[in-house]
Amino acid sequence: MARALRIKDHWREQQLFTGRLLVSAVLVLALMGLVIGRLVQLQVGQYEYFSAQSSGNRIRVQPIPPIRGLILDRNEKVLAENTPGYQLEMTPEQVPDMADTLRRLVTSGILDAADIPELKETIGSRRSFDTVVVAERLTDEELAVFAVRRPNFPGLEIRARLGRSYPFGGATAHVLGYVGGISADDKKTLDAVEYAGTTHVGKISVERSFEASLHGTSGHEDVVVNVHGRKMQVLDRVRSLPGRDVILTIDMAAQLAGFRALEGKRGAAVAIDPRNGEVLAFVSTPAYDPNALSAGLSRRAYLALQEDIDRPLFNRALRGQYPPGSTIKPIVALAALHYGVTTPGRRVGCRGFFTLPGSSHRYRDWRPAGHGSVDLYNAIEQSCDVYFYSMARELGIERMGSFMETFGLGAVTGIDIGGEQPGLVPSPAWKKKAFRQPGARVWFPGETVIAGIGQGFLLVTPLQLAHVAATTAARGQRFKPMLVKALRNPANGTIEYEAPTPLPPVPEQDSAWWDAIIEGMHGVMQGPRGTARGVGLSAAYPMAGKSGTAQVFSIGQKEKYIAKDVAERRRDHALFIAFAPIVEPRIAVGVIIENGESGSKAAAPIARAVIDAYLKPTT
Amino acid sequence: MNTPQLNISLGPRSRVEQGLLARVLRFMHLDGWLLVGIGGVLVVSLLALYSAEGQQLNELLDQVVRMLIAFGALLFMAQVSPSWLRRGSPLVYGLGLVLLTLVLVTGDIGKGAQRWLDIGIRFQPSEIMKLGVPLTLCWLLHERPLPPSFGVLLLVIVVVFLPTGMIAVQPDLGTAILILLSGAVAIFLAGIGWRYILAIISLTGAAMPLLWIFMHDYQRKRILTLLDPSSDPLGAGYHIIQSKIAIGSGGVFGKGWLNGTQGQLEFLPERHTDFIFAVIGEEFGLLGSTALLLLYLLIVGRGLYIAASAPDTYSRLLAGTLSITFFFYVFVNTAMVMGLIPVVGVPLPLVSAGGTSMVTLMAGFGILMSIQTHRKLVAR
Repeated sequence: MARALRIKDHWREQQLFTGRLLVSAVLVLALMGLVIGRLVQLQVGQYEYFSAQSSGNRIRVQPIPPIRGLILDRNEKVLAENTPGYQLEMTPEQVPDMADTLRRLVTSGILDAADIPELKETIGSRRSFDTVVVAERLTDEELAVFAVRRPNFPGLEIRARLGRSYPFGGATAHVLGYVGGISADDKKTLDAVEYAGTTHVGKISVERSFEASLHGTSGHEDVVVNVHGRKMQVLDRVRSLPGRDVILTIDMAAQLAGFRALEGKRGAAVAIDPRNGEVLAFVSTPAYDPNALSAGLSRRAYLALQEDIDRPLFNRALRGQYPPGSTIKPIVALAALHYGVTTPGRRVGCRGFFTLPGSSHRYRDWRPAGHGSVDLYNAIEQSCDVYFYSMARELGIERMGSFMETFGLGAVTGIDIGGEQPGLVPSPAWKKKAFRQPGARVWFPGETVIAGIGQGFLLVTPLQLAHVAATTAARGQRFKPMLVKALRNPANGTIEYEAPTPLPPVPEQDSAWWDAIIEGMHGVMQGPRGTARGVGLSAAYPMAGKSGTAQVFSIGQKEKYIAKDVAERRRDHALFIAFAPIVEPRIAVGVIIENGESGSKAAAPIARAVIDAYLKPTT
Repeated sequence: MNTPQLNISLGPRSRVEQGLLARVLRFMHLDGWLLVGIGGVLVVSLLALYSAEGQQLNELLDQVVRMLIAFGALLFMAQVSPSWLRRGSPLVYGLGLVLLTLVLVTGDIGKGAQRWLDIGIRFQPSEIMKLGVPLTLCWLLHERPLPPSFGVLLLVIVVVFLPTGMIAVQPDLGTAILILLSGAVAIFLAGIGWRYILAIISLTGAAMPLLWIFMHDYQRKRILTLLDPSSDPLGAGYHIIQSKIAIGSGGVFGKGWLNGTQGQLEFLPERHTDFIFAVIGEEFGLLGSTALLLLYLLIVGRGLYIAASAPDTYSRLLAGTLSITFFFYVFVNTAMVMGLIPVVGVPLPLVSAGGTSMVTLMAGFGILMSIQTHRKLVAR
């Protein structure tokens, strides 16, 4: 606006500038005065105070790590606790020759040479006067070996520390997880201050997912140390606050029953309370020894565990994905009822195989002779494949798949520990995306047919299997599975309960339809021709179940499946779902045994054992 | 404090000798007073670094090499006449912007922040902006009548905030603040109205809560820690507690060179970089630290004198901005080390170990010397 009027007035500009320069000079002097004033305040005024802190005696702030919370089962049985042990710690700045010291530790058998690179990395990432753990949980022998040579190792010390121990060992391994030394990766996510004195952190499962509650709040003490860094006197101490005790929904009786029944097999069993989603048992075998892992395995021992062909570190219950086999049949039956494709009374003739119109390909029934004329009850009770081939074809994959999804299949259940796998519910759209070759991207009618008996692309996790069983028991009411029931403050005993989380229910309200499939599942266990009546008849309570057998590899049209001819690891997977009692069910179970061959013979007894253990105290 | 070796040039001399020295300096476009101040500070730097780095000569030699390179930059910039510099100003800024963008896209990560660029040699492009921003601002401001109009101010704000923002997200809050300060100094010297200044101060005050929201957790913690360092003695408070102990225990005369326990026993973190002032306070005491501060004051004072006597608006503004900004570098670091302001990662200029910051600072002094020594050529 005034631009045209404003011309450069050099004299005025210089005046202005000189004025501003003077103001700046005053500001500079004032700030300089402030800095020098502060120097005087610190170095003259508070000299005595700071001098006392610095000269002669030195004060070090040492963190006091909090005591990790316990983990308890629903009856407050202790599953994870802290027990004293001895560990070897190093203060790097006091070690005269690091390379030589490490070498001598290896020759005296205390350290494994393979662990040195990681140890060096840890040393590099800390302040030189922070202690670093060299060996955790020394055995009595190692303790004696080191004690004798103690004078040859300046900068190394044996300290008593609380270590984590798991009284039930492998039985709870996959629920609890384990703790381990804080790695460089862990450091990136942990609060450096809170973990300044902490040596271990939860690595997986509950120990990891509830790390924040279990850890507690770090304290610290101001200690006077002498020139060698030894503690002489404690000036001030702020106590650490112990972590919360985590109370699980797990019932140890059911858990142990499942673990014992599965011992020596590769498999998983999960039990859920259908009324609220509380996980009562959560077993995966083979398991590892969490005590050994928490005490610190040598690199070699850990690799051996990792490369074990039976994959003991693999949490099958949470992450294993298997075709559900015939355990899917009750859902298919309910879908057929829901969409009006069938009625409980409608009969289907079974001659031992099913063919699609215009095709000669035979979809075989597990019973070569066939089941004759079956209704819905018979079909579930005897697990007639032909009945469900026919249901699947009439439903179509889209309707069947989306109905399965309402049971929570094909998506993570949202259980309160991390790492869950979603399984898979296939659809033509999925197939188009998942495959590359044009020929494989088309959905074939036959794929719908076999999906009706839980074969083909369909995948579920044992956790989902149990969730399906629980959802069936609760007639469509769904709850997010939860392993943690409550957190307890050990200081004052107050308990905060976790509320059950309802999930969207299965959109089928008609109790007659639910009655129909549950009646069929009752027949499986306790009916005249039930596939698992050998397991169910002797039960003291009415129970419902469904067996499943999932092919690991396919058999040619003319071949016959003969178990003894098939390599052990290519035999069928055995599956089972069950719940009890039929009225007001309190427990629902999903079981899988890899290569267990027969759902009703191998997997059903395990489900029964878990249910027995849980219901016995009250029944 | 140890007498700077360049002191010889100031002692009583015969007229002939003085004339010779003055002629040599004039010929090389150097300024004696600035050289004395800088030389003095560099000597303190070498003494402190030798002590802080555990008396390792190798590290010290590295720093000497960096000093020589930086002195080369000073010599070079002193030869560039202000009129040439003026024309080149926007180029420096543009180059800085390009490099900053590169850092954001491909930068190396040093100590958790993405500040480094590796092109043969590793350096921080944010350092270029420490010169680029003042140069460009003075170039922008001098062309139009002063005090600057509202439109020019808007332009200035864009020029300052663009690189500041890019540096702040690296994240390098310390350097971002220093560059912001240099911008503020430039427009202040350019004579913007007091009502603008009031408006900026109140706006900044109002923006504080907003800034708080966008801060990283560690940055918030540093501010909280300033208020009560003992609240967090293991984390952010650790630096401040230890550096105050170091300085306070130095007393009036200090514990003596190489005798500072805080520094020597490695209680003091970052003792050869951002916290080197604590080493100086501990070993040389109140007298030594004050001497160092007076050397800085000599440099700043000479800079302001050069600014006051510069012949044209561009040179005046530039000399004033560079000198006062330099003072702020000193102030921010020393105030931080003594717990007066929150911990922001800025080095003590000319003293902390490190190369790029030394080169830009010395180049800045080269510019000051150029303004001083080219004066007569321009004025007459």
